[in-house]
Amino acid sequence: MRDAATISIAAPQEAPWRLPYRGTVGMVCLIVAESAIFLIFVVAYIFYIGKSLTGPTPAQVLELPIFGTACLLSSSVTVHFAVAALRKGKLRGCTGWLAGTVLLGSIFLITTAREWYHLIYDEGLTIQTNLFGTTYYSLVGLHATHVVVGLVMLLLAFGFSLFGFVTEAHSERLETLSLYWHFVDAVWVVVFTVVYVLGR
Amino acid sequence: MSTTHAVEGIDGTLALQQSRPPLSVVHEWLTTVDHKKIGLMYITYALMFLIIGGVEATLMRIQLAVPHNHFVSPQVFNQLFTMHGTTMIFFVAMPIVFGWGNYLVPLMIGARDMAFPRLNAFSFWVSAFAGVLLYFSYLGASGLYAAGSAPDVGWFAYAPLTARVFSPGHSTDYWTLAVFLSGVGSIGTALNFVTTIICMRCKGMKMSRMPLLAWLYLVMSGLVFVTISPLTAAQIMLTMDRYLGSHFFDTQAGGSAVLWMHFFWIFGHPEVYVLILPSFAFINEIVPVFSRKAIFGYPTMVAASVGIGFISTSVWAHHMFSVGMGAAANTFFVFATMVISVPTGMKIFNWLATIWGGKVIFASPMLFCVGFLFQFLIAGLTGIMLGAAPFDWQLTNSYFVVAHFHYVIVGGILFAVFAAFYYWYPKVTGRMMSETLGKWHFWLFVIGFHLTFDFMHIPGLLGMPRRIYTYEAGRGWEGWNIIVSIGAIFQALGLLVFVYNLIQSYFKGKEAGHDPWDAWTLEWSTTSPPPDYNFAVLPTVNSRRPLWDLKHPEDPDSDYE
Repeated sequence: MRDAATISIAAPQEAPWRLPYRGTVGMVCLIVAESAIFLIFVVAYIFYIGKSLTGPTPAQVLELPIFGTACLLSSSVTVHFAVAALRKGKLRGCTGWLAGTVLLGSIFLITTAREWYHLIYDEGLTIQTNLFGTTYYSLVGLHATHVVVGLVMLLLAFGFSLFGFVTEAHSERLETLSLYWHFVDAVWVVVFTVVYVLGR
Repeated sequence: MSTTHAVEGIDGTLALQQSRPPLSVVHEWLTTVDHKKIGLMYITYALMFLIIGGVEATLMRIQLAVPHNHFVSPQVFNQLFTMHGTTMIFFVAMPIVFGWGNYLVPLMIGARDMAFPRLNAFSFWVSAFAGVLLYFSYLGASGLYAAGSAPDVGWFAYAPLTARVFSPGHSTDYWTLAVFLSGVGSIGTALNFVTTIICMRCKGMKMSRMPLLAWLYLVMSGLVFVTISPLTAAQIMLTMDRYLGSHFFDTQAGGSAVLWMHFFWIFGHPEVYVLILPSFAFINEIVPVFSRKAIFGYPTMVAASVGIGFISTSVWAHHMFSVGMGAAANTFFVFATMVISVPTGMKIFNWLATIWGGKVIFASPMLFCVGFLFQFLIAGLTGIMLGAAPFDWQLTNSYFVVAHFHYVIVGGILFAVFAAFYYWYPKVTGRMMSETLGKWHFWLFVIGFHLTFDFMHIPGLLGMPRRIYTYEAGRGWEGWNIIVSIGAIFQALGLLVFVYNLIQSYFKGKEAGHDPWDAWTLEWSTTSPPPDYNFAVLPTVNSRRPLWDLKHPEDPDSDYE
C-alpha cells in the first residue's frame, strides 16, 4: 500500500524538459570540424615521412620537446582546476588557476619558437627546404596557431576574472573554453607522437 | 484576454514596419540575426548565382551544339566550366539547402531562433563574400597589368595544374580563397544546425519525435564537419604551396599530386550527400502531406540517413579508379560504393510505401517529388555502373560521368529544391504560388532535363571526353550534342517561368492562410509569414505530427507511437 501511494504521487510529475547547454554542443562541433582539419595535416605528415629528396631529416634535427610538452599538458590540469574553482564560487582561486594556465601555455609557445629558431638558423630547415620542412612547419604551426587563439581567449578570461567580471554564473562558459583548451592539448599528444616519436 | 492583447500589440509593430523608409528596411536586412531573414537571404543569393551558373552552362551548350564552333575560345571555355561547377556547388546548392534549413529547422522544432544567431549572420555574410570574391576574379585576377581572368583549373583543381608555374596570376587564388571562405561559412552554419537541433527543441520533442527534416539536417551537418574541413585544410596547403614555397603537391620535390586528389574527393564525394540529404529532407516532409499518410518507416528513415552519412565518408576514391591505386584499394571502394546504395534504396522504398494507398494530390510540390523519385533512381543506377571499377576505366572523364552527376544534382537535388519552393512559399510569403505556372515550370523543366541529360549519356558512351571545347564532325557526336543543347533551352524557359512565378505570386498570389496544405508539422501552426518570434507561446508536442493531434483530438498519433 505504501509503495502504491508513493507511485501515485510520483507519477504525475513529468520529467523536467532539459536540453544540453548550447555552448558545450557548439564547442564539440567545432572540435569535430577542427579534428578533421588536423587529421588531413597529420595524414600528409605521415604520408611524406621519409619521402624528402634532400636533408635534413627528422632524425638529424629534431629533439624531444619534453619540457614544453609537460607545460602544455599541465596547463590542461590547471584550466580544469580553474573551472572547478569557479563552480564552487572560489573566484580568487579561479583567477589564479587561469593565470597558471596562461603562463604554462606561453612557456609551451616559447619552447616551440626556440625550436623553430634553432631549426631555421642552425639547421637551415625551412618550409621550402624539403617535404619534412613543409609538413613539419605546417602541422606544428597549425597547432601553434590554435595555442595562440586559445591563449588569447584564456587571457581575456583571466583579465575579466582579475577585474571581477567573472562570477559563478559564468562557469558553463569557462568550461566551454576549457573544452577547447583540452582539445588543443589532445592534438599536441597526437602531433608529438607522430612528429617526434613515429616520424623520427 | 491579457495574452491576446499582448500578441496584438507585438503584431501591431509588425504592421507598422510596412511603411518604413527603404533605407531602414535595408539596414534591418543587413544587420539581421533572425533565422528567417538570413534563410531568405541565403536563398535569394543562391537563386542569383543559379542564374549566373545557368548562363555559363548555356554558353557552354551553345559552344558544343555543333562541331568546330568558334562561339567561345578554349581559354574562355575552361573558365566557363570551372566557374559553372564551383558556382553551382558552393554558391547555389550549398546556400540554397542552408537557406531552407535556416528558415525551417527552428520553425519545425518549435524554437524562436537558431542557437547562435550572430554566428548565423556571420556564416551567411562570409559565404556571400566568398561568392562575390570568386566573380571579382573576372576583374582583378591578373592584378593591374592585365585584364582579369577567371579560374580555369576545373572545379576539382587537380595538382600540379594549380602550381604557380602552370597557373600564374591570381585566378587560382581567387578560387582557393572563395572555396575556403565558403567552407568557413558552411562549418559555422552546420555547427549552428547541430546545436539548434540538440539544444533548442520545444517541450516534448524528443529526438524520436523530431520531423525527419531536422534529423536529416543533423546528419548533413555532421557530414559537413568531416568533409568541408578536409577541403579547407587542402586549400590551406595549396595556398602555402603557391605563396610560401612548400611542397605538398609539388611533384618535383617529391610531393604527390595524387594526395590532392584524395583530399579533394574526401570532400568531394560526401559533398554530394551533404546536398542530397537536405533534398531527402524536403521529400520526407512533402510526400506524406500530399499522400495524406504519415511517413512510412520513420525509424528506418533515420537509420538509413545515419547509415548514408557514415558510409559516404568511405567511398571517395571511386573518383580515382583510373589513377592506379591497386587492386585492394579499388575493390574496397567499389564495395563501399555498392553498399551505400542499400540505405539509399531503403529510402526510395519507404517513399513509395508512403505514396502507396494514399490519396495522392498532384499539386506542384508533389509533381516535383515524383520527378525526383524517378530521376534520382536512374541517377543512382548510373552511379552503380560507374562505381564498378572496370566500367569506370572505360568511361571516366567522359560525358557519361557528366550526365550521371547532373542527373543527381539537377534531376535529384534541384527537383527536390523546387518542390520545397512550391511547398513552403506560402509559409514564407503568405501567398500561394500559381499552380498553372507551376505545372508549366514542371513540364518545361522535365522535358528540358530529359532532353539534356538522358541524351548526354550517349556521346559519353561513344567516347566524347568532358571539358573539350570543341570536337570534329563525323564521330557520331553531333546529333546528340544538338539535342542536349536544345534541352538547355527548355530548362532555361522553365527556370524563367519559375522566377516569374516567384515574383508574380508575391504580389498577386492567392492568400494562403497559415496552413494551406493541411500539413502536420509545427511551422504550419504559426502565421504566414511567421512573426519575428515565430511562436507567441512555445509549443509542446506529444507525437511526430503535432498538428494532426491538434486537428484530430479523437485519434491522436501519440496513441500509436
